[in-house]
Amino acid sequence: MADSRPVTLDLEGLQRLIDVLGEQGFTVLGPTVRSGAVVPGRVGSVADLPRGWGDRQEPGSYRLRRRDDDALFGYAADAIGWKAVLFPARELMWSGSVGPDGFDVRPGPGPSTYGEPPYAVLGIRSCDLHAVAVHDRVLAERTYADPHYAERRRDAFLVTVVCGDPSGTCFCVSMGTGPRADAGYDLALTELLDGQHRFLARAGSARGEAVLAAVDTRPAEDRDEEESEQVVAHAVAHMGRAMDTTGLRDLLYDNAEHPRWDDVASRCLSCGNCTMVCPTCFCTSVEEHTSLSGHDTEHWRIWDSCFTTDFSYLHGGSVRTSPRSRYRQWMTHKLAAWIDQFGTSGCVGCGRCLTSCPVGIDITEEVAAIRAAPGPRKEDAHATGR
Amino acid sequence: MPAESGTTLLPPAPAGDPMVPRPVRVESVRRETRDTVTMDLRALDGEGLVFAPGQFTMLQAFGVGEVPISISGDPARPDLLTHTVRDVGGVTGSLCRVEPGDLLGVRGAFGRGWGVEDGRGGDVVVVAGGIGLAPLRPVVLAVLAERAAYGRVSVLYGARSPAEMLFTDELDTWTAAGLDVHVIVDVADRSWTGRVGVVTELLPDAAFDPDRTLGLVCGPELMMRYAAAALTDRGVEPGRVRVSVERNMRCGIGLCGHCQLRGHLVCVDGPVFELDRIGPLLTVREL
Repeated sequence: MADSRPVTLDLEGLQRLIDVLGEQGFTVLGPTVRSGAVVPGRVGSVADLPRGWGDRQEPGSYRLRRRDDDALFGYAADAIGWKAVLFPARELMWSGSVGPDGFDVRPGPGPSTYGEPPYAVLGIRSCDLHAVAVHDRVLAERTYADPHYAERRRDAFLVTVVCGDPSGTCFCVSMGTGPRADAGYDLALTELLDGQHRFLARAGSARGEAVLAAVDTRPAEDRDEEESEQVVAHAVAHMGRAMDTTGLRDLLYDNAEHPRWDDVASRCLSCGNCTMVCPTCFCTSVEEHTSLSGHDTEHWRIWDSCFTTDFSYLHGGSVRTSPRSRYRQWMTHKLAAWIDQFGTSGCVGCGRCLTSCPVGIDITEEVAAIRAAPGPRKEDAHATGR
Repeated sequence: MPAESGTTLLPPAPAGDPMVPRPVRVESVRRETRDTVTMDLRALDGEGLVFAPGQFTMLQAFGVGEVPISISGDPARPDLLTHTVRDVGGVTGSLCRVEPGDLLGVRGAFGRGWGVEDGRGGDVVVVAGGIGLAPLRPVVLAVLAERAAYGRVSVLYGARSPAEMLFTDELDTWTAAGLDVHVIVDVADRSWTGRVGVVTELLPDAAFDPDRTLGLVCGPELMMRYAAAALTDRGVEPGRVRVSVERNMRCGIGLCGHCQLRGHLVCVDGPVFELDRIGPLLTVREL
C-alpha cells in the first residue's frame, strides 16, 4: 500500500490508539516489564508500557537499565519475542476417542473455535516484523499450510515501533531488516523524545488508516520527520554487531567440515535456548497424550529444537549425535539452507540467540571465523543445495 | 524456490486438514519375517487413497503414536492401502501387532515418488536391500501392469538372511511374469542354495542398456550409496538413478523441519531423489 500521510500523536493519542484497538475486539499486547526483562504482555494503558526502561544486552547477558528519559519504547529487542503470539508453543492438532463406530477423530479447534480474540501487537520491532514475513513463507505460503497460523496472522493487527536504541547484540542493519520497517505493518510509529513526547505515525494498511482516523492526530511537520530520521540514524550508528552475508550460503556449504565447528561445539551446551527465542525457528514435534484407559488421546504440536538428539532420531540411532553436527545444522539451516527452502535467510538480526545463550555464543562471530579461514570451494555442495 | 511442485507423479494433496488422520480398518495381516508384517487397510469412509509408487503415509497407532511408512501395495488398487512394517520401536511394534478388524489412522499419501513411468521405453533396474523392497514393490507391480511398455526389468534384492527376505512367495511370480529377479543374502542358512554376499554383487548379472536405463535403489543409506555408484559406474546417468532417503518425520508435509537434509525437506522434496541432487549430501557425516 502506498504510504499514507504521516501524522503525529501524543501520549493521550497513544492511549486512544490502545483503546480503539480494544474497542475493535483486539487483545492488545505490548512490551511490559516482568521478571527483570521487557517481555510481551497485555497492555490496557500507556502506564503498562516500560516507561523509562532501557536494556543492556551482550552475548550471554541481559540487564534492564534506567534511562534518563521517559521513553516508552527505549529498549532494543524484547527478551523473548512475539513468536508465540501467532505460532503458539503448544497447539492441539486433533483429539480422538473410542466410540461406538470405532475411533472418533476430532480436528483441533484452532483460534476462532477457541473464541481466541485477534491480537494487536503494539511495539513489534522491524526485525520481528521481518520474522513474521519469514513465517508467512514457511507456515502459510506453502503447498500444505498451517491453517491455525494463517488464521491468527490474517486477523492480527501489527503496530511497529522504530528501534531507536539498539543493544550490543543487535545486527539488523547488516541483515537488511531494520531498524525501520518498510512494509508488513498496519501502523508504524517512531517515538520522538525531543521536547514534547510524541509519535510520528504512518498507516501501512487500510485497517491502519481506519484506526488512525479514530485517534486524535495532527499532520506531521518537517521537524517531526527530521527528528524521526535522527532516531533511525542514531540506531544505525549504534548497532552492536554486523554479519557479512556476502556469499554466505556457499561459504557455509563449502565449510561443512571446518574446524570451527569443533571449536563452537566445545562451548555449546545444546540447551536449545537459541531455537526457542529465535523469532523464525519453526520446527515442531507432535506429542501424544493418552488417557490411562487408552480410550482418549490428544495430539499436541509443540515447539521442538534441532539441538536435541531426539530431533533426528531414526531406528538404530540419531543422525546428528554430536553437538558439532547439531550446531552446524542450526546455523547452516538458518543462514544457508533456509534460502534454498524458502527463498530468504532465516536470520533477521534480532540478536536474541546471542543474548540468551548461556555461554555467549555469537552467531556473527562464528560466521566471521569461518569467513576468515575458509576451506576450499566444493562444487558438489552447491549443485545439490536444491 | 522450493521444488515442492515436484517433477513426477504427485497426486493432488488430500482434502481436509493434512494433520488430522483418517481412520482405516485392518483387513488382513501377513507375517513376512520374524519382525515384519504386511497389512491391508481399508478407509472407513470408503474413499480410496490414490498414491504413486514411492510415496508414504503417516501411519497412526491410536494412543501410541505416528510414523512415516512407505506404501508397499498396488498403485492400481487405491481402495486397498498396503503397508509393510518392521518392528523397530514403540509405534512400529504396536503396528506389527495389529489384527484384522483393528483401527489405525492414516495421513497422506505424501512425498515424491519413484517416477517409474520415466523408465517406459527403456530398461529398469530395481535394487533393494532388506525392508527397502517394500517401497519398491509398487514399482514392480506398476511395471507388471504394463509390462510391454518397458524393456528389460531387473529386480536385485539383498537380505541379511533367507529368513529375513520379504515377499518370498511373490518373487517367483515376478520371474514368471518376465522380470529378471536375483537375490543374495549376507548370511546363508542350511536351506540356502543361492548366492551369498552384498546386493551390489548382483549388478553384473543384470542385463540393461545404461543409456536408456532407470535405476531405482532403496535400502540402508550405505548400501544405497554403493548400489547407486555401481549403476553410474555401469554408465547410467546420475539423473536416472534414484534413491529413497529416510529421515525423522513428524508431519510429512514440510512443516515440522525434522527431515531436513541441507536444502531439502525429505518429506516433500523426496523421499525419492535423483542421485545428482542428493549423492554428495549422503557422504557428509551427520548432515
